[in-house]
Amino acid sequence: MSAGSLLPDPAPYEAPFWEWCAEGELRVQQCRNCGVLRFPPRPGCASCESVDATWVRLSGKGRIWSFVIAHPPLLPAYEALAPYPVVVVELDEDRTLRMVGNVVDGTEAAIDLPVEVTFEEVGEMTLPRWRARTT
Amino acid sequence: MKDRTAIAGIGQTPFAKSLPETELELALAAIRAALEDAGIGAWEVDGFASFTMEPNVEVEIARNLGCGDVTFWSQVGYGGGAACATIGHAAMAVATGRASVVVAWRARKRGAATSRPWANVPDRVAGPAQWSRPFGLLRPVDEIAMLTRRYMHEYGATRAHANRSPRAMMFAKPLDRDTYMAGRWISEPLCIYDNCLESDGAVAAVIVSADRARDCPQPPALIHAAAQGMNAQLQTMTNYHSTDPLTGPGWACATALWRDADVGPRDVQVAQLYDAFSPLVLLSLEAYGFCKRGDAPGFTDNGALGPGGRLPVNTSGAGMSEAYVHGFNLVAEGVRQIRGTSTSQVDGAEVSLVTSGEGVPTSALLLTADR
Repeated sequence: MSAGSLLPDPAPYEAPFWEWCAEGELRVQQCRNCGVLRFPPRPGCASCESVDATWVRLSGKGRIWSFVIAHPPLLPAYEALAPYPVVVVELDEDRTLRMVGNVVDGTEAAIDLPVEVTFEEVGEMTLPRWRARTT
Repeated sequence: MKDRTAIAGIGQTPFAKSLPETELELALAAIRAALEDAGIGAWEVDGFASFTMEPNVEVEIARNLGCGDVTFWSQVGYGGGAACATIGHAAMAVATGRASVVVAWRARKRGAATSRPWANVPDRVAGPAQWSRPFGLLRPVDEIAMLTRRYMHEYGATRAHANRSPRAMMFAKPLDRDTYMAGRWISEPLCIYDNCLESDGAVAAVIVSADRARDCPQPPALIHAAAQGMNAQLQTMTNYHSTDPLTGPGWACATALWRDADVGPRDVQVAQLYDAFSPLVLLSLEAYGFCKRGDAPGFTDNGALGPGGRLPVNTSGAGMSEAYVHGFNLVAEGVRQIRGTSTSQVDGAEVSLVTSGEGVPTSALLLTADR
């Protein structure tokens, strides 16, 4: 997915996620007050109402929580790849850390399949991708 | 607010893949029909309730309809979650004296493939969509299919039954199980028949006090309860980030609805459950308390939702078979069941439930007969 792919247009409080992806690191916000991890990024903590947060690195390991296989009609750049799977990965660190993404190593998507993060440059951005893992 | 207001009139345009009228003309036609049904003149209308996505603003409706002074208007967000909430807002306005005759409506032209919102987006996506669309999760059907696959994994459901009400846009096109099972994939595990129709059309309702409704030509459909709800940590459509994504906004809405009602799920004789996508019907059956979490697929067995079943659902054909008017046509059918005028009438129906979209901040409506 490159030419014609949709790319993120992050707000300032969201941008660090994508900037860390460009560094090859998967990071999410952690509340400095109560320690709760949160994704997607938000300007405040829903657990303790603190607005003070830092970005912490995750292991990058998780399991497929669910998936779909998209068929046409789709946007042209995506229709060229159809049918293709889209997955939701549940990260090991916390069950509410779930990220939509794609498995890029050819492994067939399946619920509970263990995966780990990898990164791919798409246009001016770097997106997290996922591949099967054995450990 | 309980039983203090009623729907006294309903009106609609024809539903079709392509209608020649503008959305303004469709809205006016549906509203005029609803006012005629209620026996109320346009000059008496002093309130409006509709969707933030509604293309026609109140000032255009008022001056084209021929209204006098208008003292209340309200728009509800979140697309398919809004239909029942517009009735609820109208009922609150009438019950509190802000207005005396409120028109709620929805008009839309979504029949053409070129009108699909997901296909008309910029290349850079902001907000919550940036976490899903770049990865090819583009359409509402993909977003709901993701929850459906998880539901199937947790509860062992297979592909849901298609709605088979032989009415409206699909009147002459009965759908059997074999045809459904052979339907082409759109977003596995959902096929073409798990999706609602793409339609042009408009529907309107007139809300007045219960006392006034008793003097109108049609039997009143009392607004026994109306509720809105969104659950903690809900993200619209891509609701993957809460602790339990399969317990969605309908649960919060149902809690508020039943809290205010004198009746419960067991008293509901007929239900119009929002069906932009078939699995939303299963989630709503669980959310509104007709069965336990995970039991909806079994609940639908043996024609339970069909004619003569234990809970006839979507008796006009709803979004899948009648038309997709953002769920507003479900409100009109909920009223017809109380009047006894549905083409799939449930004998003696006195408690009629209507729900709006699961997966988005939603709403629901409990209509009762005036007895």
